[in-house]
Amino acid sequence: MKNGTLKQILLLTDGCSNKGEDPSATAALAYQQGITVNVIGILDDDETESPDGLQEVEDIALSGGGVSQIVYSETLSQTVQMVTRQAMTQTLQGFVNKELRQILGSDQSLEDLDPQKRGEIMEVVEDLGETSDLEVLVLVDTSASMHSKLPTVKEALIDLSISLNARIGRNRFCIYSFPGKRKDIQKVFDWSPKLDAISTVFPKLTSGGITPTGPAIREAMYQFGKKSLLRSFRHEDESGMEEAGY
Amino acid sequence: MKMNPAWKKQVTELRPGTRIQGKWHHNRYIIQKKLGTGAIGAVYLCEYEGKPAALKISEKGTSMTVEVNVLKSLEKVQGNRLGPSLLDVDDWVTPAGNIYSFYVMEYLHGDTLGHFIRTNGKDWLGVLMVQLLEDLERLHQTGWVFGDLKSENLIVISSPPKIRWVDVGGTTRIGRAIKEYTEFYDRGYWGIGTRRAEPSYDLFAFVMVFLNIYYPNRFVKNGEQSEKLLFKKIDHVKDLYPYRNILKKAVKGSYQSSADMKKELIAAIKEAKKRQSYHKKKAKMFSNQLLKEPGSIGFLALLFYLLSLLFQ
Repeated sequence: MKNGTLKQILLLTDGCSNKGEDPSATAALAYQQGITVNVIGILDDDETESPDGLQEVEDIALSGGGVSQIVYSETLSQTVQMVTRQAMTQTLQGFVNKELRQILGSDQSLEDLDPQKRGEIMEVVEDLGETSDLEVLVLVDTSASMHSKLPTVKEALIDLSISLNARIGRNRFCIYSFPGKRKDIQKVFDWSPKLDAISTVFPKLTSGGITPTGPAIREAMYQFGKKSLLRSFRHEDESGMEEAGY
Repeated sequence: MKMNPAWKKQVTELRPGTRIQGKWHHNRYIIQKKLGTGAIGAVYLCEYEGKPAALKISEKGTSMTVEVNVLKSLEKVQGNRLGPSLLDVDDWVTPAGNIYSFYVMEYLHGDTLGHFIRTNGKDWLGVLMVQLLEDLERLHQTGWVFGDLKSENLIVISSPPKIRWVDVGGTTRIGRAIKEYTEFYDRGYWGIGTRRAEPSYDLFAFVMVFLNIYYPNRFVKNGEQSEKLLFKKIDHVKDLYPYRNILKKAVKGSYQSSADMKKELIAAIKEAKKRQSYHKKKAKMFSNQLLKEPGSIGFLALLFYLLSLLFQ
């Protein structure tokens, strides 16, 4: 059995979008294309509770089929890798649930099985998570307020690549920042299996004033390669997982 | 898929006296007190048919299932128990209709490693190190790596003192990516190695467990080369002096197996004992001489005195 490729967008932001289309809607669109959207909202160390803007963080991940988490920058490293892994499991589990429904009927899901059977199925999901190939597009908000958090973001991303490269499956990462110069997003680091080299590119990031999260997600979606996109358009209801041969 | 597990309410607050009945096996548990909260769920002391047990409950059903799988595979390892034994796995439907997964394990009662060493003395260090290495060796032999090896996941039970594992949730199959880790104990964080599950990953964490006894507040990267920093931290602890070379080798990832490390550790313990008894012997001889000396001087003085009496 050949394992498929899981596609994820990882959005790192600290506030709410203020330009262009609704980010939740574009996240839903990405999810339809088989791309999961995960969001990490980063709080300032002196913020005691999440500001209203961060409600958007949850909404984007919900419609993007992904996981969201709001954190202080000091715990960012562990959160980034946890969210990525959790989203992989969630995607795979969603796929397994779909298969289960086909076999057992429309109301059945993993939670409806007794713990023994659930254990056996989770072992399969874990195996898939370990061996699947993974593509992560990291989308970093570089609006002015994020500036002080960028060194931590860099550390967290290098750490993420250490974690994921310990897996058996292959990984590809790329990094985009938004807003870009006269564009919605700006390429920071092209698709590569490792993120070790990003130390050199990160200091060059400049901060802008606006936060066009919606358009940025839309642009990010296209970076996964036009070929797979066309194919998903043809089979509207099939996710990216299936074409990869499960 | 629309449901996002992170959104459900946390079950980290269950009041003492709460009754939990399983959906599948219908066993009844009465919550007594909270023992701790982890990344995945909360652990409570509970009562089942009049006996104490530990109950872990979480809204993250899948992560719990993965942990149960690990516990089950550890039960198959021959010899002494590695993890706590698994008593029940079930779901709990709250009166409000929420579903939580839980499992019940043997309740292990004991001391933290740090407290145990502080009250019972450094002589126990070597013993507990060997015990832990033996258990790790058996785990590695069966194709697993502990992963999240840290002080909080260990306990020293009494009579006879024995180191036991209380939380084995991070246990990962050899060759895979480490599932769960804590920065201080993670060689990836220190930039000293990968996060691939192999015996040397656990042996690095092993060193940090024993360093943690002497640095209870832990420490973080400070820009200095990590290996140098860790070596310095090891050298600063007097109690770890007999084992310092072995601990340093484990930091570097030089041991392929726990058995190799154990062999060298036992040799070091013997060496330390020998030196200790040699020092004791030397000290004894020295004090004997001191005792003898005044005596002999007195004897000579007496002799001279008597002689002088004779020749008067």
